[in-house]
Amino acid sequence: MKQFLQHRAATLPTIGAVVIFVAMIAYGEIAYGRILQFSTLSNLLINNAHLVILAVGLTFVIVTGGIDLSVGAVIAFTSVTGVLLANAGWNPWLVMVLMVVIGGAFGLASGILVEYFGVQPFIATLAMMFLARGLASTLSTNPERLADDSPIRLIAAEWKLVDGPKVNDLILTPGVLIAAIVVLGAWFVLHRTRLGRTVYAIGGSEPSALLMGLPVWRTKVWVYVISGTLAGVAAVVYTARLGIAQNITGIGWELDAIAAVVIGGTLLTGGVGYVAGSVVGALVLGLMIVLITRDGKIPPEMTTIITGGIVLVFVLLQRGLSVVRRNP
Amino acid sequence: MNRVKGLVKKPPFWGFVAILLLLAINLAKDPRYLAITVSPVTGNLVGNVIDILRVVAPILLIAFGMCLVIATGGIDLSVGSVMAVSGAVAMQYLHDHGAPDSVGDALAAIGLALGVALLVGLVNAVLVAVVGLQPFITTLVMMLAGRGLAKVVTQGQNTNAVNDPMRWIANGYVLGIPVVFLLALVLIVVVAVLIRRSALGLLIESLGVDPKAARLAGVDRRALLFSAYLLSALLAGIAGLFATGSVMTVDVSQTGYQAELDAILAVVVGGTSLAGGRFSLGGAVVGAFLIATLDKTIVFLGVPASATPAFKAVVIVVLCLLQSQRVRGWIGQAGARMRAARKAVA
Amino acid sequence: MTEPVVEMRGISIEFPGVKALDGVDFRLFPGEVHSLMGENGAGKSTLIKALTGVYPIDAGEIRIAGEIRRLNGTADARNAGIATVYQEVNLCANLSIGENVMLGQEPRSALGIRWKALHAAAHAALERLGLGALDPRAPLSSLSLAVQQLVAIARAVQRESKVLILDEPTSSLDANEVANLFRVIRRLRDEGVAILFVSHFLDQVYAISDRMTILRNGRYEGEFLTKDLDRTALISTMIGKDADALRSIAARRARHDGEPQVVLSATDLGRKGSIAPTDVDLHRGEVVGLAGLLGSGRTELARLLYGADRADTGSIIRAGKRADLRSPRAAMRSRIAYSSENRRDEGIIRDLTVRENLILGLQTKRGWARPIPRREQDELVQKYIGELGIRPADPERPIKQLSGGNQQKVLLGRWLATQPEILILDEPTRGIDIGAKAEIQGAVAALAERGVTVVFISSELEEVVRLSDRILVLKDRRKIAELVNGEHVTADTIVAVIAEDAATAHEETEA
Repeated sequence: MKQFLQHRAATLPTIGAVVIFVAMIAYGEIAYGRILQFSTLSNLLINNAHLVILAVGLTFVIVTGGIDLSVGAVIAFTSVTGVLLANAGWNPWLVMVLMVVIGGAFGLASGILVEYFGVQPFIATLAMMFLARGLASTLSTNPERLADDSPIRLIAAEWKLVDGPKVNDLILTPGVLIAAIVVLGAWFVLHRTRLGRTVYAIGGSEPSALLMGLPVWRTKVWVYVISGTLAGVAAVVYTARLGIAQNITGIGWELDAIAAVVIGGTLLTGGVGYVAGSVVGALVLGLMIVLITRDGKIPPEMTTIITGGIVLVFVLLQRGLSVVRRNP
Repeated sequence: MNRVKGLVKKPPFWGFVAILLLLAINLAKDPRYLAITVSPVTGNLVGNVIDILRVVAPILLIAFGMCLVIATGGIDLSVGSVMAVSGAVAMQYLHDHGAPDSVGDALAAIGLALGVALLVGLVNAVLVAVVGLQPFITTLVMMLAGRGLAKVVTQGQNTNAVNDPMRWIANGYVLGIPVVFLLALVLIVVVAVLIRRSALGLLIESLGVDPKAARLAGVDRRALLFSAYLLSALLAGIAGLFATGSVMTVDVSQTGYQAELDAILAVVVGGTSLAGGRFSLGGAVVGAFLIATLDKTIVFLGVPASATPAFKAVVIVVLCLLQSQRVRGWIGQAGARMRAARKAVA
Repeated sequence: MTEPVVEMRGISIEFPGVKALDGVDFRLFPGEVHSLMGENGAGKSTLIKALTGVYPIDAGEIRIAGEIRRLNGTADARNAGIATVYQEVNLCANLSIGENVMLGQEPRSALGIRWKALHAAAHAALERLGLGALDPRAPLSSLSLAVQQLVAIARAVQRESKVLILDEPTSSLDANEVANLFRVIRRLRDEGVAILFVSHFLDQVYAISDRMTILRNGRYEGEFLTKDLDRTALISTMIGKDADALRSIAARRARHDGEPQVVLSATDLGRKGSIAPTDVDLHRGEVVGLAGLLGSGRTELARLLYGADRADTGSIIRAGKRADLRSPRAAMRSRIAYSSENRRDEGIIRDLTVRENLILGLQTKRGWARPIPRREQDELVQKYIGELGIRPADPERPIKQLSGGNQQKVLLGRWLATQPEILILDEPTRGIDIGAKAEIQGAVAALAERGVTVVFISSELEEVVRLSDRILVLKDRRKIAELVNGEHVTADTIVAVIAEDAATAHEETEA
């Protein structure tokens, strides 16, 4: 048993996140009812697909010990660009690819600033956050509505898998499918490729990774590119679902994504973390919104405070644990 | 000659040049841009310069706080939200309790608002200095949660209030000059004297350059971090009162929105490195004036104001690059090559 | 005799202002354990970095297996079959044992890394070192540092390395763990691997190595078979005698008359992993030398006396009262000052000027609200620039532009300005030129005359003997002797004390 715990110590926080998620569902079901049913769970997935994708991207960066504060703003810029171009008559499929590429380009810029020019990750990505947000405002400060017949909306087309009684249907969208593919892809990269293992090695100890002869520089640029690219993907999924893009879209989403990642058991100091944990973390946040709405007594303005509080609590827990581990 | 060279090397000099350049552009469009006239109705000074003084006041305050926090090796992303929180508290209080002309109510609102601002600063300080969290994550949480707090205070409304003394502080004039500017001036002079006439400046710099060596030299890290984060929050709180008092309304999502961008920009334009250590309060003043002039110029020229944040972000990226070792190396090499070439010619 | 696998000839490496290596020769044969010996700053680590491709060489040639090689970067060295295990375990504690062995060499297929094959390969590499009992799937963090060290070696030999460099591998191991490590080293040696071993523990060097190369001040002092070189000869070769330039202040300091006045008395002062509980008494106006090789615990003891690290045993009586030195600030209030051996990272504040660096100590002592008036600052700075001969005598120059010796003088000035009663100087003369050295030694002697107690730490025994009234000899993180200085005490006496202790310790382990 002890050995099992030792082997699995790193997964414990992730298991903890699953426990929290299940407990929240149970509480919601008992207190408000109609949580554990197809429609609620479908909506949970559909409404949080973009957050799952963001959190997965951020997991890469945070596991190396870095941070990407630009993701929310990158979503704003790519989605405004996307909607404007699509409405201007560009090929919608090309537009979607372009959105993803633009996201990747922002990530590349952050990565180069961090790795090549030695700018601290939070400064570099903060600058990118201002830049992306500013560019988005340059394009438009009004909500830009995607044409109702735009093929981009296909990403949010609803597939009714189970036709339940009343509106209790099991529904999936291509957006959810994309999120699932991103999750599986990320799992493959992190656990079955040298790139992924280098990501963990860097987070464990960057000097060690360098001395072991691993391609540290290249890998660190890659993680920012991955994070930016996935922000682009998240923008596609989100825009398709909402049909509206605005320069103030995604304010504070970097905090949501960070929250999802740390709830899922990834250490903010790097080295430890799982994609699956971040997925659960994102769903915990999504479920929290559902419960707050159902409850109705907590003003919706409290959500960012609660999210912020959750981040602080988890970061404090992580700090406490690492202190305990160092001085057993 | 040498003195000129020394001046040119100082970054605030370039900020100053940029301000003159902007003013020149404005003058080119309107030769009477710099004219200051006395309003026949109110007897106050009016003109674009006076407008700039009014705009610069809150930027000066947050830039000063940011400058000190950055000098300790940290960052305070929460200044904009603290502005919103402080404004929200003041407006909500005046809305609920204030008599339209009561000085006492205005003072109570100010006290309450600054108290809440200091509370946010205290949380930042405790988390950074005692718990040891990274400053950017701590203040990022405060930046987003702070705005949430402002919304909770006003129940999501953009609360407005009526209180003449408060309005006077934000809009009034003394000797023809905006009160906000005079207040900001007094505050930054007080802070500058406090920092530079005491040993705080030296101690903060030593902490920012090398925390380990500073500790062995007896520098009290905790106390310095507390003063920096508390001061930053207090100044941001006052800036928030200025920003909301002028219209007597708090816009919970717009008040102080991206103010941290302005503050950081003012500090780096002033030549303070984002890595901490040596800082220049004078530089931050120049930086704040540059931003105010830029904001006014863009409006004056009719360029859509929405482009400013992107432009400012580009400037920050460029200044970050200029501060990086690698680019400094390049510049050094280029300089050496030029000198060598000049020597070869001679 | 077989051909050497590594042959370095006339290697020179220069850093701005310092000749780190000056025409050094070094060779390494297959199937031998070769120790590289030398004190701090002798050039050991520079030579290792030249061989591992970290530093390019300015002169000389490196032959590996007979071929001249240019090593640009660690990858070149690795490809040439040279593997290094450093003092700090350079593995990733967040990954499994097997992954640490195989990182960068993972067996792969179309479906990515083949974890089974990876663990099997890791198991084979561990087995080769007799570590077959370790589960490659277990996290590295479940192992003790000592076993992690062995895993690092397994990683190194997994790549069929011909040369294995072990840089201070034993500094945090206990006796059993060292024995274990040595078993592994002997096993590899017998397989024909050439092993370069660096350690400051003399007993270990004698126990494991076949041959030694000694460096001093970046120069080659000779290559010896271990059996031909006794400890005393080794230590005196390592330490050398640089009496020439320093003779000017060699005059022994006058003995004190009367009853010594105790200013500080520490009982059982210790900290786990850095120094065993130790008693120290300091008297007014005396210079107490802490002698011992690198890693003997001299710095650790000094840091406890200053509160830079917290002691976990013992107590300190300062001026008759119990003192709780839990931070440098507390120690400063008790008028104790400490100048760190790590001048660059724990001493100077790079971007600040000479003046600011100099007044910093006094300023923190006074508190932020009582700034030192500019005129007083200037007077202080002028005084110490003059007294200590700081050059260039420009108070407004950033300290990072000064030479090491002058930086050290500024730091000395910083502490003198606080008017300490006890001044701890850790390696104040390391890596600085001979003139500055003499000036600092002169300043120490003058201070003691004025009644200041100076604790003086130096790798150069000559210097310690010349300056100290009393010498505490440390070895392996404990105090082994306390000598009152006098005619009969010389550097050789101390060398003998250390060597004898080593010999007895060695006999004990043999027995």
